[in-house]
Order: sequence, then structure tokens, then C-alpha cells
Amino acid sequence: MTTTTQPIALAVVHQPHGGMRDRLRDWLPRLVLGPSFLLILFFVYGFNLWTLLLSFTNSKAFSNFNFIGWANYLKLWTWTFQSDPPSNWYTAIVNMGIFGGLYVVFCLALGLFLAILLDQKIRGEGVLRPLYLYPLALSFIVTGTAWKLFLDPRIGLEKAVHDLGWTSFHFDWVVNPRMMIYCVAIAGIWQTSGFVMAMFLAALRGIDSEILKAAQIDGASVYATYRRIIIPMMRPAFMSALIILTHMAIKSYDLVLSVTGKNPGGAAELPSTFMYSYTFTRNQMGVGSASAVIMLATIAAIMVPYLYSELKEKRQ
Amino acid sequence: MTAGALSLASGASAADTKDVQMLHWWTSGGEAAAVNVIREALAKQGYGWKDVPVAGGGGGAAMTTLKAMVAAGNPPTASQILGYYAMDYSEAGKLADITPLATKGDWAKVIPTALQKFTTVDGKWGAVPVNIHSVNWIWVNKALMEKIGGTEPKTFDELIALLDKAKKAGVIPLALGGQPWQEATMFDSVVTSTGGVEFYKKAFIDLDENALKSDTMKKSFDNLAKLRDYLDPNYAGRDWNLATAMVIKGDALLQVMGDWAKGEFKNANKEAGKDYLCYRFPGTDGSVLYNTDMFAFFQVSADRQAAQTALADTTMSPDVQIDFNLIKGSAPARMDVSDAKFDACGKKAIADIKAANAKGTFLGSMAQNYAQPPAIATAYYDVVTKFLHGEIKTSDEAVKQLIAAIDSAK
Amino acid sequence: MSAADALLAAPSREPARHSNVTRVVIYGLLIVFAIIYLLPLVVMVMTSLKPLEEVTGGNMFYLPQHLTFEPWTKAWGTACVGLTCAGLKGYVWNSVKMVVPAVLISTLLGALNGYVLTKWRFPGHKLVFGMMLFACFIPFQSVLIPMATILGKLGAIGQSLENTIGLSLGFGNPTVNLVLVHVVYGLGFTTLFFRNYYETFPNELVRAAQIDGASFFQIFRRILLPNSMPIFIVTVIYQFTNIWNDFLFGSTFAAGDSAPMTVALYNIVNTSTGVVEYNTNMAAAMIAAAPTLVVYVLAGRYFVSGLMAGAVKG
Repeated sequence: MTTTTQPIALAVVHQPHGGMRDRLRDWLPRLVLGPSFLLILFFVYGFNLWTLLLSFTNSKAFSNFNFIGWANYLKLWTWTFQSDPPSNWYTAIVNMGIFGGLYVVFCLALGLFLAILLDQKIRGEGVLRPLYLYPLALSFIVTGTAWKLFLDPRIGLEKAVHDLGWTSFHFDWVVNPRMMIYCVAIAGIWQTSGFVMAMFLAALRGIDSEILKAAQIDGASVYATYRRIIIPMMRPAFMSALIILTHMAIKSYDLVLSVTGKNPGGAAELPSTFMYSYTFTRNQMGVGSASAVIMLATIAAIMVPYLYSELKEKRQ
Repeated sequence: MTAGALSLASGASAADTKDVQMLHWWTSGGEAAAVNVIREALAKQGYGWKDVPVAGGGGGAAMTTLKAMVAAGNPPTASQILGYYAMDYSEAGKLADITPLATKGDWAKVIPTALQKFTTVDGKWGAVPVNIHSVNWIWVNKALMEKIGGTEPKTFDELIALLDKAKKAGVIPLALGGQPWQEATMFDSVVTSTGGVEFYKKAFIDLDENALKSDTMKKSFDNLAKLRDYLDPNYAGRDWNLATAMVIKGDALLQVMGDWAKGEFKNANKEAGKDYLCYRFPGTDGSVLYNTDMFAFFQVSADRQAAQTALADTTMSPDVQIDFNLIKGSAPARMDVSDAKFDACGKKAIADIKAANAKGTFLGSMAQNYAQPPAIATAYYDVVTKFLHGEIKTSDEAVKQLIAAIDSAK
Repeated sequence: MSAADALLAAPSREPARHSNVTRVVIYGLLIVFAIIYLLPLVVMVMTSLKPLEEVTGGNMFYLPQHLTFEPWTKAWGTACVGLTCAGLKGYVWNSVKMVVPAVLISTLLGALNGYVLTKWRFPGHKLVFGMMLFACFIPFQSVLIPMATILGKLGAIGQSLENTIGLSLGFGNPTVNLVLVHVVYGLGFTTLFFRNYYETFPNELVRAAQIDGASFFQIFRRILLPNSMPIFIVTVIYQFTNIWNDFLFGSTFAAGDSAPMTVALYNIVNTSTGVVEYNTNMAAAMIAAAPTLVVYVLAGRYFVSGLMAGAVKG
């Protein structure tokens, strides 16, 4: 676990003979990394800058360069505080908090919980693992449609429970615009928690048994072992899982539309649906771009400090 | 076909020059059958068909694909498109000029005047309408109607009375799919019924502020709220065709929907006049709130233009107009074709269009993106759906929000 | 035997001394969750085996009363995807043609990147890694139009190449375009996985090889790659799932004959003014998910051992 990571290149840089060949060897790693980095620089950062540029214009159906300063951002700013009746942007922000929060927290919690359970020398692990994992294989629109039918009070869960005899059971969240976002969260959690479970299970398996034996010898309880040793050692796993989950939460556009049935009452708006509809459906590309920039800035505000602290702490 | 073999090896994406490359979102069996009429007519003239179907979002995904294709400099021969999007492309100079065809075929005379706003920009034709749907219809289950002793409602109050009768008889009076576009579609009719077609025109076509903030608009929202009492509790998010299914099965008395609902009845083997009745929304007889599917033609290289011309001509030919619309359930876009083959509802639709066009009551549906550009139409959706689902609580508030939303989207 | 296999094979801890009650609780919980996870799939399968009247008329938990495989044959061979009513089958090959190169290229690049970032460090390597990681967060909708413009320019290059030398070398080919797009936007993830994996890969081996005079690529080929099987599988599975299920890029850049299977699926499932056939839709959805499911089940074992061996470790 404590590998030293001296720059290996140092070992070869000071060879007596060299010149061209050595310079090439020094630069080769960078040349290899270069294309990927350049591709990302252009297609990710470049395009982000383009979006930033557009956010200061009044682009409608097509991009133009009529600069209008901060007008689009001002619009979004006013909408941020318009809560009664809620503006689309306000709903999008609130929902991102609710959905994003629930999705990430529950996927992490459920994933960890199932991973710990599965790690207890269970027979049939080979069967259970793909079972928790398979939902990820289904595309978003399918998941959404399936859950929409599944939770439909008239032909789904509520009716089935009624038929079983419990007639006062009430579960009409999926047709209640205000509760719809929770249904989206349920569908999303179902879909991704298995993947998180697999990530954590692997991390659990990789923990050095020596450390655990030492803890046992010291008389630590199972609970304390988990809390003080195992879970902290899984921080890198948390990092990867968090990145993946954030990425998926931002991406979820089809899931929202198919679970809610095109977002009635506008109550299940999310930044991704907001951005898409303003840019493409409503032909207000300037506003759409501004919302994308805000989305990115928010993610950066959270992720950059987090990544910084995680990467910094590597035992370098 | 050495050109074809080479293009496979090299993978160039330009369409074969004898092919029409068509982007659309007609992906269900019934819709595809209608488009096949056009394809077969083109095949007879020796032209092939390269299908580019992209479903989803009522054309939303297709429009994104179209934007991308145009941005890449690789537009399709033509695309299914809604009015304002066609105008956007025309103003951006991306559409081909098919005015010579229009003059030759005298299209200006046979296409309703209101539609020509979208097909012709600055005197140049760039698009043709394929059909005309209208949204101010109600579809009634005949058996239920007779059971409760109902008659055709001619005013909004009579509609309420009819719905009351249905409620007392224990059926769901009004079947609605609670999605923003469906709710807005219904509201179009409610507004026309409440304030008359002149009011609809002032408020939604002209965006006259006095009309928008008038008491009539407030009363329209009140009326919408009244209709809400006749819905079943599970209506939110329901697909439109499931609501139609409720009427077909006899669970509900009637649905307010555009005439593509006919397709559902036909698929369930129901006949107009025998199993179901089609009436204009009470109070809107004499006006037609339309939406239309159009084909927009893009600027393509010279070798693809012959196919493009053929597509335009074929689409506008009387035979294709009849056959296409028979299958689709809409009315032909040409007003001069025979209605002999159409059923009772179809005949009424055709007659209504002619009359409304002459009177000036042939108006674009706000909900279907034919009264205002998408930015404003979606603002309209926002307010209507929020009102119906209770996030906007009073009609006064709704009126205020409507004006604010429209202003902000301008 | 790789370090991964060794760790996986040998029990890493003492046999848990759980009481019987605890074990019952554990199994019980696992089974309850398994049922919850399975339920939607069961419902989907049942729906896909019912005739349409049963689906819209009844309760979705009822077993099919008139079992029928028609939705499946329809989804595979006759469902309408636009004017062509030939089901999903033609589009599956389009997807395979696109996914396999995209996954292999992005995985290989990720491996090389991870190798460089951990074994050939240079000043600023952490910043570079962080910047590459940020690529994971870009909302795809915002890159559609700029990307289309670039792809259009590539297509123009292809056209002129074809006019001069008779071959376009893949420029402008929709499948090639999609591969490019997916490689670019997958680089962040693949680099993340491999970099974390190679971080814990013992440096002594690499240094020993260097002293022996091995080159950059030789070390990669002979030392790292053979021991990367687990993480390779992990990355492949993740990329495969995401690229196979992608709709946005597929529909925007490759609609038409070269469309991937997801576009066809959406066309079957999404109709705006037509009849919604829930049973065919479910069958189509499962056909679409089948390859990914097979990949999961088969590679499941490697999946866990791969992740264990370091994708998630620091």
C-alpha cells in the first residue's frame, strides 16, 4: 500500500550519451498523453468557451453574435427567486437539489450497504451481484417508461396492492406533479445503485487483511472496525463513485421525461431539461447557453475543491 | 451502381442523387403507412427514398438532428417541420426556392391563406403543407351519449350540463391526458369558446395586451378550472391515446383532442357516426384552429434538385393529398380536392376549412405552435399546465403570469 | 497469477464469526432487495408477453392470460422505425460497428494516459489529470451544435478527398463520426479508471525493466498490459454500457441508415400521434439491453476483481 512513486524519468535523464534519442524519450510520454489532452482541451474546454460566448448573445434558433451583455444571466437570476408560482428555472434548481441529493446519497448508501452485505461470504454471490447490476444495462427511456407504468395507480403498484386486499394503500406519486421528482429519483437509484455496489465491493475486497487482523487483536468491535478502518480506506472508491453519480445525475434527461410523462405542471424540471428545452425547443439558445454555464460553474464549485483535496492527499 | 459501392467503401454521407433524403418523426405504423403513399408515388417516377426518422418530443429530437445536419453543411432533401421552424430556416437563408413550382401549380390559390405565412417568406416558397389537422374537436362515445340522453352541446354551458349528466351516470365525463401540450390544446378551444374566435385572434395571434389581460381571459381560465372538476384523479402525465382509449372503451364520455384521434378509433375498428361522434368544441363551430405538418426544402447541390422538385410536386398532387390524408386522419392541405372518399368527420373537416378560410376564421392553434413562435408557445404551455395542476392558484394570477411569460419570451 | 487474482482467491479476512441470527438477517435483507430490484424486470417481461388489450386493460402484475411472443418477433423484425418496418435487427449491426472501435480506442488511450500519468510523471501531472477529469462533467447537450459544425468540416474534407483520390478515408462517415465523438467524451472516464489502477501498480517492476533498457512502449506492452486485465474489463464494461445506450449523439449525428440501435428503439417506443404498443416497446427494450446484460453476466467476475484491483483505490 505504500508504494513510492519517484519520477522514473529521472533515472534516465542523465545518461551520458544521448541527445536526440534521449530528448525523444523524455518527450515521448508527453507526446503520448498529448493527443488525449489536446482533444479534451478542444472538444471540452473549447466547446465550453463557445457556450460561454453564446450565453452573452441573444441567440435564438441559431447562434448569432448580437452581444447583450449579462441580460440572459439577469433573466436567470430573477427566475431563481421566483418561487410562487415557481419559474421553470427555480423548479429546476430545487429539483436538482432534491433529485441530485437523493440520487447520490441513496446510491452511495445503498451501494455501500449491499456491498458490505455481499462481502460477508454469501453463497450465491455470483447470482446476486449481476441481479443488482443489471438495471444499469437498460437505457434511460426504458427505465423511465417501465417505472411510470409500474407506479401508475390505475394499472400498477397501487392497484396490485388493492387487489391483494389492502385497499387503503395510496401511492399516486407518479401522477402528482409535486411528487413526481421523487419517482424519478426512485427510478434513478434503482438503476445505478448496483454499479456503486460493485465498485464498493471491489474496494472492500482490496483491503489488506493484515490491518484488519491487527484491529481484531486489539479487540475492536465489528462496527468500530467498519467505521474507523474500512470505510475511511474506501475514500478513493467514494471519489470515483461520486464522479460517476454526478455525471449521471446531470445527464438524466430522458429518465425525467419518460417517468413523468413530459413533465406536466412543469414540476419535474431539471437543469438538463431546462437547458435542452430552451436551446432546442424554445429556440432561445442564449438563455439555454447561460443555464449550461451556470450548471458547469456549480459543478466546478463543488468538484474542484473536492478533487483538489483528494488528489493532494496522495502520499506523494 | 458503382457510385453506391464506392460510397460504401469510402463512407461519404451525401445521399445518392436519385434519392430523396427525408427527415421526419412519423414512426408509428399508421403514420408510416401515410408517408408510404408519398414514397410509392416517388418510386413510380424513379426516385428512391432515404428515410431519416427521429422520434421523440413531438419532433423535438428531429429538430435537433436537423439543426446539426444544417450546421454540418449536410442538410436533407426535405424535413417534416412545423411552421415557425420553417420560417427560421428561411430567414437564415437555408431553404431552397421552389417558387417556380408554386407558380406553375397555382398553389397560392388552393392552400389556405393563413398557411402561406409559413410556406412563403418574402415571396419565396420554401415549404409545402402536407395536411391540415384541427384541434377544436370533441370526440364522444355514441353509446354512452345515448344512454345518458345527451345531445350535441352548442355552447360551453351546454357542455358543462352534458358533463354533469355523465358524472351523475357514473362515467368519467372528460378524458384528459395531463401533459402540457394536451392541456394547452384543450385551452385553445376553451378560449375560443369563451370569448369567440375574434377574441382568440386578438389574444393569441395578435398578442394584443388588452385582450390578454381582459376579463374574458380570466373567464377562460375559470372555465378551464370548471372542466377540471370532470377529470378522473389519475390524469396527470397520461398519454393522449390512453385518454382516447378511455372514450373508446366507454370508461369516459368524451375527449377534447385534435383529429389525429381518429386514427385511434380507426385502429379499434370504430366508425364515425356509428360508434363515435365528432363535434366541434362547443362554441367554436365555424372556426378552425389548425396545425399542419409541412415539408421544408433545403438548399442542396444541383444534382439533388431533381429529386427535391419531384418531392414537392408529388406532395402537392391531388391524388397524394387524398391518399395520404385518408390514412393519416387529417384533411388535405389543398382545398380543391374531392372529399368523396373521406368519412363523415373528414368531410366536415374539409368543409369547415373551406368555410373558415373564406371567413377568416382559419387560425393557427397556439398550443400546436401555429399561432406564435415556440418560445411563446412554450411559455403558454407553462402557464396553462401550472394553472391546471394547481401551482398557479387563481385565474387572476394565471392572467398575470401569462402576460409575464409571453413578455419574457419575446 | 495477478495480484488481483491472488487477493480474490485467498480469503482476505478470517471467516466471519456471525451468529446464525445475523446470517439469517443478512440473507433476508439481500433477498428482499433482490426482489425489489427484480420486480420491474419481471413486470417488463410479463408485459412483453401479453397482447395489447391485456396491457392497457388490466393490472400489470397479472400473469399473461394469452401468452404471446408476437411482441418479440415484432420488435425484432417488423416494428416500424419510420418508413422501414423491419424492426431492430438491422440497427444492431450499426451499433456494434460503432461501439466496438469506440470502446477499444478510448480504453487503449485511457490506459496509455494512465500509464504516463503515473509512471512517467512530469511537473503539473496532477493538474493535467484534474483537467482531464473535468471532462466527465460536460453536459452533452451543449456540445451538439459545435460538434456538428466540426463534423461537417470533416465531412467536407472527406468529400474533397473523394474527389481527388477516390476515397474519403472515413471522413464524414456517420459511424466514424460517432466513434470520434464517443472516444473524445469517454477519455475522461477511461483515464480515471486506469490512472487510479496504475497508481498502485508497483514501480519497482517498471524501474527494473528500465534498467534493463526497455523502452516506453515495451514496458507498457510487457509489464503493465498483461496485468491490466481486470481494469481493462471494467473500463470496457462501463464504456460499452454508456456508448451502447447513448441516444443523444446517435440521433443527432447519425440519423438515418447508419443510426445506432438506440435511435431505432426510441423510434419504436416514442410515437407522437400514433398508437402506443407497450408490449412491443418492452420487448424492444429488452432486445436492446440484451448485449449489455450478457456482457455483465459473463464478465461479472472480472468486473468485481478488476475494480478491486485498483480502479477505486487511490
